[in-house]
Amino acid sequence: MINELFFMNGYAAYVLSAFGFTLLSFLGLYMVTKVQFIREQNKFVTKFGSLSSEQANSAKSQRINKEILANATNN
Amino acid sequence: MFKFLEPNKIFQITSKAPKYVLLLFIIVLSIGLVEALILSPEDYKQSDAVRIMYVHVPAAWISLGIFSSITLLSISGFIFKSKNFFLISKSLAPSGFVFNIIALVTGSIWGKPTWGTWWAWDARITSMLILALFYALYLISWRIYENEEKVFKISTFITILGIINVPIIKYSVDWWNTLHQPASINILSKSSIHTSMLYPLLIMTAAFALFSLLIFLMKYNTELIKIKNKGLDRL
Repeated sequence: MINELFFMNGYAAYVLSAFGFTLLSFLGLYMVTKVQFIREQNKFVTKFGSLSSEQANSAKSQRINKEILANATNN
Repeated sequence: MFKFLEPNKIFQITSKAPKYVLLLFIIVLSIGLVEALILSPEDYKQSDAVRIMYVHVPAAWISLGIFSSITLLSISGFIFKSKNFFLISKSLAPSGFVFNIIALVTGSIWGKPTWGTWWAWDARITSMLILALFYALYLISWRIYENEEKVFKISTFITILGIINVPIIKYSVDWWNTLHQPASINILSKSSIHTSMLYPLLIMTAAFALFSLLIFLMKYNTELIKIKNKGLDRL
């Protein structure tokens, strides 16, 4: 079976390179998107940390801001 | 209208969903790969080269589906005056573009053993290349224009122009004599593909759809945090 998978009647180079390219593209896009997400999340946490207590309370009144902070501490 | 789609309300779901979607994607992709590379039969004519279909076809389908969705959402954004529709469109585009590139590259790899060439200026292939250009223009428009109103208008204009190409891609194999084979799967009439190949194809399509959902969710969350970052600056 392993032989069949790596030979594929002489088409293995084509088939495996097509699948390899697809999976590498997936991995690349996932990594780029993840890095962008973490960068924005860290930026948010840093900015939030520099707010005065009054500003922080005002920001925390929005549920989405609380969610972002909670997610950032969980990750 | 569409209040349930408000970012503040749905972030709770979209921020937690990616890890579950990722897990489901890995499971479905693993099953799909075993089916596509090992269990599905070889073709009587193309032999094992036919296995390229399991990545090429889902990638092409999803890139077309995403572009159509982007167009519909962008137009809806104007009709319903909802910024969120534009945000969803913007978040869908990267995976659509990557699927378009995958369809072109894997199609080219498939072309060599079956047609004897890596590339032909055939109607289907050329129209798919044009779609990739529209995707690129759409993504670039979001990068170069700072003004929100302007970017909404320009990106929608690009999608409206690009959507004209979608039926051309679909019917190019019927309208012109092309190297590319006609569709083997029809929703309205009988498909010419055997179920032993259809099921792996559908499993791989489900895996690809889950991957685009995963990227969409991550990108959408990033865009929402970006907006909130700007909001903190204004405090």
